[in-house]
Amino acid sequence: MNKDLKKPKNRISLKGDLDGRNQYKAWLYLSPALILLLIFSFYPLINTFRMAFANGYNGLAIVGGETFDFGIENFKTVVNYVDFKLCLKNTLLLCVITVPISTVLALLIAVALNSIKPLQKIYQTIFFLPYVTNSIAIGMVFNAMFTRVGLGDLIQTQGIINNIIGIFGIGPINFVNVGSSWGANMFVVCTYIVWNAIPFKILVLLGGLQNVNKQYYEAAKIDGTSKLRTFFKITIPLVSPMLAYVIITSFIGGFKEYSSIVGIFGEGMGPGGNGQMNTIVGYVYNMLPKSNLGNASAASLILFGIILIVTAINGYVSKKKVHY
Amino acid sequence: MNKTNDINVSSLSKAQRTSKIIRYTVIYIFLTIMAVIVIFPFYWMIISSFKTLEEYRANVPTLWPQHIVFENFSEAFSKANLWDLFLHTMYVGLISTVLSLIVTVLSAFAFARLNFKGKNVVFGLLMATMMVPGELYTITNYMTVSGRLPFLSEPVESLDFTNTFAVLIFPMLVSVFYIYLLRQTFLQIPNELYLAAKVDGTSDFKYLWKVMLPLSVSTIITITILKMMGAWNAYIWPRLVANDAAHQLITNGLRGASFTNEFGDVNYPAQMAAVTIVSIPLFLVFVFLRKYIMRGVSRSGIKG
Repeated sequence: MNKDLKKPKNRISLKGDLDGRNQYKAWLYLSPALILLLIFSFYPLINTFRMAFANGYNGLAIVGGETFDFGIENFKTVVNYVDFKLCLKNTLLLCVITVPISTVLALLIAVALNSIKPLQKIYQTIFFLPYVTNSIAIGMVFNAMFTRVGLGDLIQTQGIINNIIGIFGIGPINFVNVGSSWGANMFVVCTYIVWNAIPFKILVLLGGLQNVNKQYYEAAKIDGTSKLRTFFKITIPLVSPMLAYVIITSFIGGFKEYSSIVGIFGEGMGPGGNGQMNTIVGYVYNMLPKSNLGNASAASLILFGIILIVTAINGYVSKKKVHY
Repeated sequence: MNKTNDINVSSLSKAQRTSKIIRYTVIYIFLTIMAVIVIFPFYWMIISSFKTLEEYRANVPTLWPQHIVFENFSEAFSKANLWDLFLHTMYVGLISTVLSLIVTVLSAFAFARLNFKGKNVVFGLLMATMMVPGELYTITNYMTVSGRLPFLSEPVESLDFTNTFAVLIFPMLVSVFYIYLLRQTFLQIPNELYLAAKVDGTSDFKYLWKVMLPLSVSTIITITILKMMGAWNAYIWPRLVANDAAHQLITNGLRGASFTNEFGDVNYPAQMAAVTIVSIPLFLVFVFLRKYIMRGVSRSGIKG
């Protein structure tokens, strides 16, 4: 009886307060965020599509009220542009090289870290160290490590990396100075990206490994399964959700790569500012102040498309392969 | 028979022990090599900043400065104008953090505690924007803040906000991710508390201020740190819209500063000193506030 009496009372108070008689209040709370998002996110999103499909759009209306023709001219121009092809090639290569290397290295380090007891905390701290860094600042450090100072006979230092590989009888290689090759530049950029990407991946993968039920390993031990087989048959399937997660985030990050290259080469995006390391994002930004906005929008939509495709592919592969 | 069996077992365990020792040796060697590689750029940055230019450029590199000099740091401060950059960055960072927190708290509260028509639609829309790369917004936002309105044929000069602090603060103020993060925290606070407060006649706002915020301090700290780090590391947007000396932020100033002398030589030790100075606050944040960053970032995969 008592219970029955209580119930409706509760419901009334629930209705009064959580059901939201004061609808306007919720919108009031939301309004600052929504107004800013409308101006700086939703409008830009629509506007980017509008600009990308307006042939030869320069960012302003034509005097006299004429409108730009609707069409895919901007996309055609961008895709046929030599610079853009180079940017696309650089960006794709960056992803294809750095994602597997950094993922495998991070997985090995995470498994190694997970299997030791003494010194584990110290190693962990060291490996997380590059995690909170300023990518421009550390890019400049990488530049300094690979740069040789002086020209021709006047060369005084080849840079610490050349000194180190010199011990093994390699080099000296012109990595980043004026006249350095595209391949050498790519090596430096990839090295930096891998170095920069590893901490986050170790963090996620180690978290995954530590949550794996120890019973699986004990069962494998009793069965006399080899360590290698345990690694491929137990460890990898069990951390596969984390693996999928770090792979997709680093692919997306790789396609948006820009500031690490600015860190190494400056805004010229290449040795001596020749732009040979430019990326898709760099291409978009280089166009911005020059009011070639139709092309810039088309390029950014291409980037968006690539990211969506990668996400979709990953989602599809994950569904088939990832063991949850 | 029994004896041979015993021998077999003990020799097996001995072999196992040796293989175990070998395995651990390999693991430690691997970890040490990787650790050295990971730490080397930091090491090189710091020791270079204490070297003289002559020593830095020596044919045979030194792994420890022979004469420790501090001039590079004063040179860094004057050449890169670091102090001004620091003040600009702090100003932008603090104001955007405070404003961003206000906006985030209000919307997270609405999403977590209030019921209204269209709540799920609006929330879904906001979540969807997290998929969109920021580059897509930048083009239009650049036009908007520089007074180029799509329906006019001339840029409006009175609406040109480039090279102001406002343009560094407002376009980036709302982060859907922060709203999501704080909403999740708010949702963990039991509804009963809210109902009890209602019974007592507490207003929504007072409840938010007196109950929910104190219970969500750690998420608030996470957001503050990420936002401050965002200002510290921001490069692309500030470079586009406010790259003049009066508004430049620290990362832009660092990249743009010229350490080249009259002979066209780069003073690397001074440059490394500037880089070290910019990196120190991040190190400190990492050492003392790591758990707060980890909370935020491991959920999103983004850095600052």
